[in-house]
Amino acid sequence: MLEASVFQGLSWNVLSDVQQLFSFPFMVNALEAGTIVAVMAGVTGWFMVLRRQTFAGHTLSVIAFPGAAAATYAGLPVAFGYFGFCGFGALALAGIAGTRRSLGAESAAIGSLQALALALGFLFVSLYHGILNGLDSLLFGTFLGITTDQVTVLLAAAAVTLVLVGIAGRPLFFASVDEDVARAGGVPVRLLGFGFLLVLGLSVAETSQITGALLVFSLLVTPAATAHQITAQPGLGIALSVAIALAVTWLGLALAYFSIYPVGFYVTSLAFGVYVLARLWRVLAERPRTSARLATGPA
Amino acid sequence: MFAHEFMRNALIAGTFVGLACGVVGYFVVLRAQVFAGDALSHVAFTGALAAAVLGYNVLAGLFVATILGGVVMGLLGDRARADDATIGTLFAWTLGLGVLFLSIFTTQSSAGNGTAGVRVLFGSIFGLSGTDVRRSVLLALFAVVVLLAIARPLLYATLDAAVAAAQGVPVRALGLAFLALLGLVAAQATQAVGALLLLGLLAAPAGAAHRLSTHPYRGLALSAAFSTGSVWLGLTLSYVFPSLPPSSMVIALAVGVYVATLAVTADPRAAWQRLANLGAAPEGAHEHSH
Repeated sequence: MLEASVFQGLSWNVLSDVQQLFSFPFMVNALEAGTIVAVMAGVTGWFMVLRRQTFAGHTLSVIAFPGAAAATYAGLPVAFGYFGFCGFGALALAGIAGTRRSLGAESAAIGSLQALALALGFLFVSLYHGILNGLDSLLFGTFLGITTDQVTVLLAAAAVTLVLVGIAGRPLFFASVDEDVARAGGVPVRLLGFGFLLVLGLSVAETSQITGALLVFSLLVTPAATAHQITAQPGLGIALSVAIALAVTWLGLALAYFSIYPVGFYVTSLAFGVYVLARLWRVLAERPRTSARLATGPA
Repeated sequence: MFAHEFMRNALIAGTFVGLACGVVGYFVVLRAQVFAGDALSHVAFTGALAAAVLGYNVLAGLFVATILGGVVMGLLGDRARADDATIGTLFAWTLGLGVLFLSIFTTQSSAGNGTAGVRVLFGSIFGLSGTDVRRSVLLALFAVVVLLAIARPLLYATLDAAVAAAQGVPVRALGLAFLALLGLVAAQATQAVGALLLLGLLAAPAGAAHRLSTHPYRGLALSAAFSTGSVWLGLTLSYVFPSLPPSSMVIALAVGVYVATLAVTADPRAAWQRLANLGAAPEGAHEHSH
């Protein structure tokens, strides 16, 4: 499968393979963009999984699709649509979380928001005839054809995201782990929750320009879920999440370059593979402890 | 409008798909499993495309994939109910597989089939044949009848799982059966509104019904009525204005109904209080909203 590839193809000489990857400007841009996106998604995704906001995160990433479609339809730069819609989506999600009556009602509201976003996206795409060929790339992304300008914008957005998370990281962690105690301790829990959704929206808006609306989610959730399987320690967990996201993105890009299959497939499959390994590792690591606990009775 | 066969087919199939989605959706919202519906929509996409690539019947692939997906989620979600990250991880990967199948499918088939992915994602209700309609009517009726038959114990198991289990209600089996039914309905809805939009028909009418009534059977009826009504109106709109895609219209109407019920039942003073609390000192943020 790998032999039937483009350009020089894959050889056993790893060094020359890597050199080949870096010899094309579009590939360098893709790797740079992928690196930025992976770091951003790794960090915000870790908090997303911690806060059990996976569904909200997925909804935000889906909202990026009508954003892009609307901007294309209106003849505006696509980035406007991404940021505008994701920002608005974060506001709506914060409103939904604020009125939380029950888990069911909240998930119904999030689900409706997501479906509406998709319906609008498809409407814009249908109204704008001829974009249909671009629909796949809106949904599934294109790592190839990324311009240097895009990388610059990405870098700026990533810097903003990381600085915000850096400032609010400790109280956010506190508020996510034990909301009531954090509130009693003077942490502005609601404001943090709202701010986090905005940051999540920002990073989703950035990421989806590269990975497409449907695949952002895989970079957000899978590395973070893997990290949470391995350690509960925040610093280590975030570092792991970023490391996994980076490794998966780089490897996925390289594999996609040397084969005919889409990058989204490689990235999601590699990430999922790592996740399965982490689950297995955890099962094996916990077994002796569980049996020891059973032998001595509950603590 | 009724003179066109495609329109008659779409209306008949849409009615029953709407009915099934409304009824199943009511329980989906009650059980807080909307995220599972979200996951199933991705499974539907991948299943249909996988069948197309491997040369099997697309419909068969769709049904097998979603029902299996429902059962797998039932088994996974059993130990830790709220493990949303596991479900998310699984369906992110499923989607990745779907992308692979989509790329294989579009490269191996002629240019005429290039829109297959779009059809699966966003539905093709105006392209249903007479056989499609008969099948979807039968399956929808089956799903609704089975669900109504298990409605009482399912309600009990949903509202208080521990007590229900203590009284001998098979809580686990009911949960699994329900997710399998959800899979069946999801596959059906995929044909009508597409894999990506079926979530709207599951979540929005049911969400609206839950806002308006806490009585289960009244809620079920409301949910089914909203869902079917959105389908009818959406199809009519799309017929009158051909540039508007039917699935988008159906979902937009369903969500519109939901937003309207939110507005009707909302308490404006409470909303302002929350807004004020957002910026205020944490001491002021006492929560009474439950």
